[in-house]
Amino acid sequence: MSETIEELVSQEYKYGFTTDIESETIAPGLSEDVVRIISKKKNEPEWLTEWRLKAFRMWQTMEEPRWPNLKYAKINYQSISYYSAPKQAKKLNSLDEVDPILLETYEKLGISLTEQKRLNGVAVDAVFDSVSVATTFKETLKEKGIIFCSFSDAVKDHPDLIKKYLGSVVPSTDNYFAALNSAVFSDGSFVFIPKGVRCPMELSTYFRINASNTGQFERTLIVAEEGAYVSYLEGCTAPMRDENQLHAAVVELVALDNAEVKYSTVQNWYAGDKDGKGGIYNFVTKRGKCQGVNSKISWTQVETGSAITWKYPSVILQGDNSIGEFYSVAVVNNRQDADTGTKMLHIGKNTRSTIVSKGISAGRGNNTYRGLVSIGKNAVNSRNYTQCDSMLIGNKCSANTFPYIEVKNSSSSVEHEASTSKIGEDQIFYCKQRGINTENAISMIINGFAKEVFKNLPMEFAVEAQKLLGISLEGSVG
Amino acid sequence: MIEIKNLHASVNGKEILKGINLKVNAGEVHAIMGPNGSGKSTLAQVLSGHPAYTVTQGEVIFEGQNLLELEPEKRAHAGVFLAFQYPVEIPGVSNSYFLKAGLNEIRKSRGEEELDSMQFLKMLKVKMKVVEMDPSFIHRPVNEGFSGGEKKRNEILQMAVIEPKLAILDETDSGLDIDALKIVSSGVNKLKTPQNATIVVTHYQRLLNYIVPDFVHVLVNGRIVKSGGKELAMELEANGYDFIREEMLQAS
Repeated sequence: MSETIEELVSQEYKYGFTTDIESETIAPGLSEDVVRIISKKKNEPEWLTEWRLKAFRMWQTMEEPRWPNLKYAKINYQSISYYSAPKQAKKLNSLDEVDPILLETYEKLGISLTEQKRLNGVAVDAVFDSVSVATTFKETLKEKGIIFCSFSDAVKDHPDLIKKYLGSVVPSTDNYFAALNSAVFSDGSFVFIPKGVRCPMELSTYFRINASNTGQFERTLIVAEEGAYVSYLEGCTAPMRDENQLHAAVVELVALDNAEVKYSTVQNWYAGDKDGKGGIYNFVTKRGKCQGVNSKISWTQVETGSAITWKYPSVILQGDNSIGEFYSVAVVNNRQDADTGTKMLHIGKNTRSTIVSKGISAGRGNNTYRGLVSIGKNAVNSRNYTQCDSMLIGNKCSANTFPYIEVKNSSSSVEHEASTSKIGEDQIFYCKQRGINTENAISMIINGFAKEVFKNLPMEFAVEAQKLLGISLEGSVG
Repeated sequence: MIEIKNLHASVNGKEILKGINLKVNAGEVHAIMGPNGSGKSTLAQVLSGHPAYTVTQGEVIFEGQNLLELEPEKRAHAGVFLAFQYPVEIPGVSNSYFLKAGLNEIRKSRGEEELDSMQFLKMLKVKMKVVEMDPSFIHRPVNEGFSGGEKKRNEILQMAVIEPKLAILDETDSGLDIDALKIVSSGVNKLKTPQNATIVVTHYQRLLNYIVPDFVHVLVNGRIVKSGGKELAMELEANGYDFIREEMLQAS
């Protein structure tokens, strides 16, 4: 049995290639000047430059959080380059003008940006290092009044919306990494669904880190007006490199009265090699605000990559009767560390939240669920249901659960269920005795374990995620 | 069909099987009986390839192949089936998905075409009648939340679907009430053909009222100490295993 495991372990990270393209990268280091340079490169209005500088000044007074259950080498913020962009013609009028090398890169990643071969029913914004290189289906969406564009374009074309909503959910000084992002963020996606519109297709952003020694600091903002609906998916990959790279993103979601935002992530950043060399440091702040009554925000995440993961997609349940959901599958293998979970902040009346977290630990991986359910004094008749399941594969990994619960009224209820199981030799033997080989047995067992989360992903992505889970865990049973 | 020669096996360095010899032909039903800890279940596990056991000596020839060289799934492909004493739960994986995956792997290994979902479900419904299984069961996760009786019935259903050449039933009667015992045994009997063989491992004679063996072997302390026809089981039931031990003492 151990031989097959050895073979499977050697499976390579499929997306680890680099693209050889001429880039414009600023020198490593971080200062007010660097913040100004980034803002200038993007031709930003003065208010935004000031907004960045305020965040930067605050960041300088803040300390990197030490409370997560994560072990990583100290990050030298002065050795990172904060901006890198592939050189290309100034203004693109159509996708045909995108550098063919970039199109080819996305093609290799399974994302087709060219007109003929685009994935039907999914509009894609492709972010390469610090800039958005292409957004598909822009025109089709525009007919319905939907805005889907790069963040930089949004600053130029829709300054009022950006000014109104930027930092309204995650203030620029919210936490150490959010402040860093607010100071140096480069690009990302902006989505605006006007009143009463149901977005007719899935929207998706594909983030790719290519340049070495750079960080990626993208910013995503999604606003759903009254009665609007949107389903959004992000995917991420990076080349295999021996040094660690920093990724510190901020995502803000806003749902007004009766609106619904469904946000799904398949995170597959390079995780480092089996000895823990290299890999992405993923420090992300994601938060949604159910601002209006009867609104709903749902996070679904499949986290398989990154050397270090620190993220807690949260929902502020401000509107009465609003609903927050968090479905997560987090996988750690080899030397990966993940500290992830959610915060459900109940403020409005009759608010409801559901948390389903499935942690899978293999190799020497260390997986932590950390969650806060807070029900305020005025959030009467609110309910939360939390389910945290951990699965261990092998004897050298670990799983931890830190649930924090605060309830400040007597009419609300909170339920918490937790379990820990181990993929046993017996489960695998049972499958093998019925004719199923080890690899397929493991894949079947973990997909069964994660099923409740997968069923919340859009169909095409659920299939991808299942395959991905199989690949990240191949060879981890011994 | 299968010939076991001087089989020795140990777990964690402790020898459990100390030289088993047994030959089973197509069309035969053999019962392995013995007191607790005699090595009955170990024999069943070793034949199906459980990784916790180490074979230290001897050989097992199944249909001309050296069985001990094969990974458990290859043994399943070759036609060896173990009905587990403690069937394992696989949460989130439906019974039908699990069974279809296994069956198609086995079919593929034989160069047969895989069954699609429609063909499989049609066949499954027929087989479910053999063990009088409720249709809702198809979509339930493998063995999760099943009663002891349902788990054992599920094992026989899997056997009916897979149609093995050699079925090894490990304490299939344990934890069954009399009605379930009848259903399970009648299932096993319906599946019997002149081309396949069955090894029934059991502590009690009770099961053998329903699955009538051609041969009975008594396993004590890792060795087969007595073999005979079905009347041997009656004798054991009447006198207990002590009478065998006494016979052995007298003989020595």
